[in-house]
Amino acid sequence: MTDPNHSVSPVLEVRGVSKSFGALHASRDISLDLRAGEIHALIGPNGAGKSTLIKQITGELRPDRGSVLLNGEPIDHLSRMARAQRGLGRTFQISALAMDFTVLQNAVLGALVARGGVFRFFSNVMRDRDLVARASEALDRVGLADVAQMRTADISHGQRRQLEVAIALTQRPKLFLMDEPMAGLGAGGSQSMTVFLASLRQEAPILLVEHDMDAVFALADRISVLVYGQIIATGTQEEIRNSVEVQRAYLGEEDAL
Amino acid sequence: MSLILVLEQILNGLQFGVMLFLMAAGLTLVFGVMGLINLAHGALYMVGAFAAAIVASWTGSFVLALAASLMAAATAGALMEILVIRKLYDRDHLDQVLATFALILVFSEGTRWVFGSFPLFLDVPPYLSGPVTLPGGIEYPLYRLAIIAIGLVIALGLFWLISRTRIGVQIRAGEADREMIAALGVDISRLYTLVFALGAALAGLAGALVGAIQSVQVGMGEPVLILAFVVIVIGGIGSIKGALVGALLVGLTDRLGSIFLPQIFALVMEPSSATTAGASVASMLIYILMALILLLRPSGLYGRSA
Amino acid sequence: MIRREQMCNAAVILLLLAIPLWAHSADAPFVITLATKVTILALAGVGLNIALGIGGLVSLGHAVFFGIGGYATGILASHAQTYEPLLQAPFVIEGTNQMPIIWLVAVVFSALAALVIGALSLRTSGVYFIMITLAFGQMFYYFAISWSAYGGEDGLSIWVRNEFPGANTLVPLHFFLICFAILCAVLWFAARLARAPFGLALAAARQNQDRVEAVGITPYRLRLVAFVVSGAITGLAGALFADLNRFVSPSMLSWHTSGEIMIFVIIGGVGRLFGPVVGAAIFILLEHFLGGISEYWQIYLGGFLLVIVLYARGGVIGALAGREVAHD
Repeated sequence: MTDPNHSVSPVLEVRGVSKSFGALHASRDISLDLRAGEIHALIGPNGAGKSTLIKQITGELRPDRGSVLLNGEPIDHLSRMARAQRGLGRTFQISALAMDFTVLQNAVLGALVARGGVFRFFSNVMRDRDLVARASEALDRVGLADVAQMRTADISHGQRRQLEVAIALTQRPKLFLMDEPMAGLGAGGSQSMTVFLASLRQEAPILLVEHDMDAVFALADRISVLVYGQIIATGTQEEIRNSVEVQRAYLGEEDAL
Repeated sequence: MSLILVLEQILNGLQFGVMLFLMAAGLTLVFGVMGLINLAHGALYMVGAFAAAIVASWTGSFVLALAASLMAAATAGALMEILVIRKLYDRDHLDQVLATFALILVFSEGTRWVFGSFPLFLDVPPYLSGPVTLPGGIEYPLYRLAIIAIGLVIALGLFWLISRTRIGVQIRAGEADREMIAALGVDISRLYTLVFALGAALAGLAGALVGAIQSVQVGMGEPVLILAFVVIVIGGIGSIKGALVGALLVGLTDRLGSIFLPQIFALVMEPSSATTAGASVASMLIYILMALILLLRPSGLYGRSA
Repeated sequence: MIRREQMCNAAVILLLLAIPLWAHSADAPFVITLATKVTILALAGVGLNIALGIGGLVSLGHAVFFGIGGYATGILASHAQTYEPLLQAPFVIEGTNQMPIIWLVAVVFSALAALVIGALSLRTSGVYFIMITLAFGQMFYYFAISWSAYGGEDGLSIWVRNEFPGANTLVPLHFFLICFAILCAVLWFAARLARAPFGLALAAARQNQDRVEAVGITPYRLRLVAFVVSGAITGLAGALFADLNRFVSPSMLSWHTSGEIMIFVIIGGVGRLFGPVVGAAIFILLEHFLGGISEYWQIYLGGFLLVIVLYARGGVIGALAGREVAHD
C-alpha cells in the first residue's frame, strides 16, 4: 500500500450511516466512497443533511448506525482529534481561525500538530525553521505569502477561505473534506480556487461539499446528490445530468442543473 | 438518633433549599435569557434584607417590610440593569465577571458606609413566632414553615408565569434565540429589564426572609450567591425546574450531612476527632455532590446538553 | 526594533527593583514591604494570567492555590516551631523552616489541587466553568475554617520568618530580593511559554476551539496543563505571601482574593506579560493611598474597575503600548 493509487480499498468509505435528531432523519442509510486521486462532490439543496454527514465523518457527531472507514479501517471509535491526526484534513463552511494570530501563526499551528511536539514549553515556535517552512510553503501554494504577517482578523473573507485550505495542507492529510470552499469568494477568487483544487487531487482526494455548480462541474470526477438525508444518485457528471431522480428532486428548486 | 431529629433536619433542609431556590431562580433566568453571569445578585439579597429591616423598625409591620424588600431589590435591580448590566450583554464572560464584581464592591462598601459594620436586626412577627406541633409530635418553628410555604408558592407562581403567560412565552423565546424574540416584535430591552428586576425582587425577598432568622449585615449575600451557583450547576442553566430540584437537593444534603456525617465517622474513629472530621467533610459535602453530578451530567440535571 | 511594550516592561522591572534599594538606603522598611507585596501579588497574577490571558479560562477559584501555598508555609513552619512532626506513622515527616523545601511543597500541592479542580471544571466551559471554580474555591475556604488543627477561622501565625540559605530573611531587602528573583524567573518562564508550541496551541484554543480540534489537538489537555502550571505559580506566590505577613488565614482562600487577583491582572492588561506586575503595583498603591483617605476605599476601586471594564479594555499596558499584541 505504498502507492495509494493502487490500494484496493477507497481512501474514505461511508457505509450505511444513519442519524436522527428526534423525528428528523438527517442521514438515512448513506453510503459513499472517496477513491485515490479523485474529487467527489456532494451536492444537494440546503437542509439536505450535507453538514450532518460531514460531521459524522470528522467525528463531531456519532452516527446512530453505520460505519466510517479510512483506508479500509473503521474509525468510528476515534475522536475528532484522533481522526484529524490519522489524516482527515478539513475546511469549515464558516471560517474557524484564530483571529488574533497572524496568518502565518495559523498555518504554523496546523504544521505543529501534524509534526508533533505541542507540549513543549521553552522553544520559540515561530523560530522553528521546519514548521515555518512547512507553513510558508502551504501559504505560498494558496497565494497568501504576501499577507503571512498580517493579523487574520484584518485579511479579507476570501483570503480566510484560502487560509482554511492552507492549514489543511500543512497537515499533509490523506484526504480533504472541504465544506463550501468557494463560499463568498467572488468570481475571480473561485476561479483561482478551482484551478488550485484541481491540482490538489493528485496529492490527496477531495470530498467537496459545494453550492457553486460551475465549480462542481469543473472539478468533480464523481458527484453524489443528497436530498432529505438520502443519497439519490452517485455517478459521473454525465450520469447525474441524465438521472431522472435528480431532475425530479431538483425540479423547480434549482435551475442550475 | 431519633426520628424526630431527622424529620426536623429534613424540614430545615427544605427551608434552606427554598431560600436557595429564590436566589437561584433569578440567576438562572438571567443566565438563560440574557446569557449573563451576575455576581452582584448577592448584593440584591442584601438590599432586600436591609430594606426590610429598616421598614420594620419604622413601621413595625413585617408585611410592609417584605413588600419593601421586594420593591427595593426590584428597583435596585432595574437600576443596575439600566446603568451597567445592559452594556455587558454583548461582552464576554470575563467582562461580566469583572463588572459585576465591581458592583459588589460598590454595593457592599456603600452599605457599610451608610449603615456601619454592625448588623441590623429584623424580628419574626409575633403571629409567626414560636413553635407549632406537627403531626407525629414534632415541634417546629412556625416561621420556618412559613418560609417553606412562601417559597413553594413562589415556585408555583414562577412555573405558571413561565408556562402560561405572555411574558413567559417571551422569556422562553429569548432563551431559544435572541434574534427570534426581536423578530416577534418584543421590546427586548424592556423585557430584559423586567426579567432582571423580577430576579432581583426574588433575591431581595429571600434576603428579608432569612434576615429574620439570621442577622442583616454587609456581605450576607455572598455565601448564598455561591451556593446558588452550585444549585444552578446541579440543576442546569436556564431551567427553573432544575433550580428548584437543585436547591432542594443542596438544602437537604447540607442539613442532613451535618447531622449524619459526624455519626458515620464515629463508627470508625474516636468520638472527638469524628466530630471535627465529620464537620469538615460536611462543610464540603454539597461541593462533592456538585462534582459527582458534573461527572455524570456535565450540563446539569435539567440542562440542555451542549 | 524594540517595541514600546518591551520598553514599558524594562521600565517597570527597573522601577520595582530601584524603589526598595532606595528605601533600604533611606531606611524606609515600610516601602520595602509594600514593594515586596507588589512583587508577590504580581507573581500570583502571572500565574493566573497563564490560564486567563493565554488560555481564556476565567477562573474565579485561584485563591485556592494561593491559600494552599500559604498553608504549606504556615503548617510546615508551625511544626518546625513546635518540633512536633507532621506525621509519625508510617514514616516521620518533620516540619521545616527552609524556604526552598516549603516552596517545593507549596508548588506540588497547589499543582495537585489544580489538577483535580481543573480535571472536573474543564469538562465544562463558559459560565459553568466560572461558577464551578468559584464553588470549589468556596469548598476549600470552608474546609480551612473548619480545620481547627491549624487555627480554623483564626488562622495560623508564623513567629519567625522562614530561612533561605545564604540570606538573612529578617532583613526586609533580603526577603524582597528573594521574591524579586523568583518573579523575574517566572516572568522569563511565562514569556517563553507564551511563544512556545504549547503557548501557541493554548492561545489558538482560546480563540477558536473548532480550529484546534480540527487540526487534531484536544483542547482539554492543553487547558488542564495550563491550569496546573497556573495554579502552581499562584501557589508559590501564596507561600511567599504567608512568609511576608507571617500569618495565614482562610481569608487567603476566600473568593474575594480570587476576585482581587483577577482585578489587578485586568487593570494591568490581560494577556500582557507585565500586566500583572503593573496591575499589582496600581492595586497596592490604591489600597495604600485611598485606604489612607477613606476606610471605604473599595467603593472607589469598584468604580475604577467599572470604568476600566466598560470603557478602557486592554488595561494600563494596553493604553501605554497600544492595542497590538506583540508576536514574532
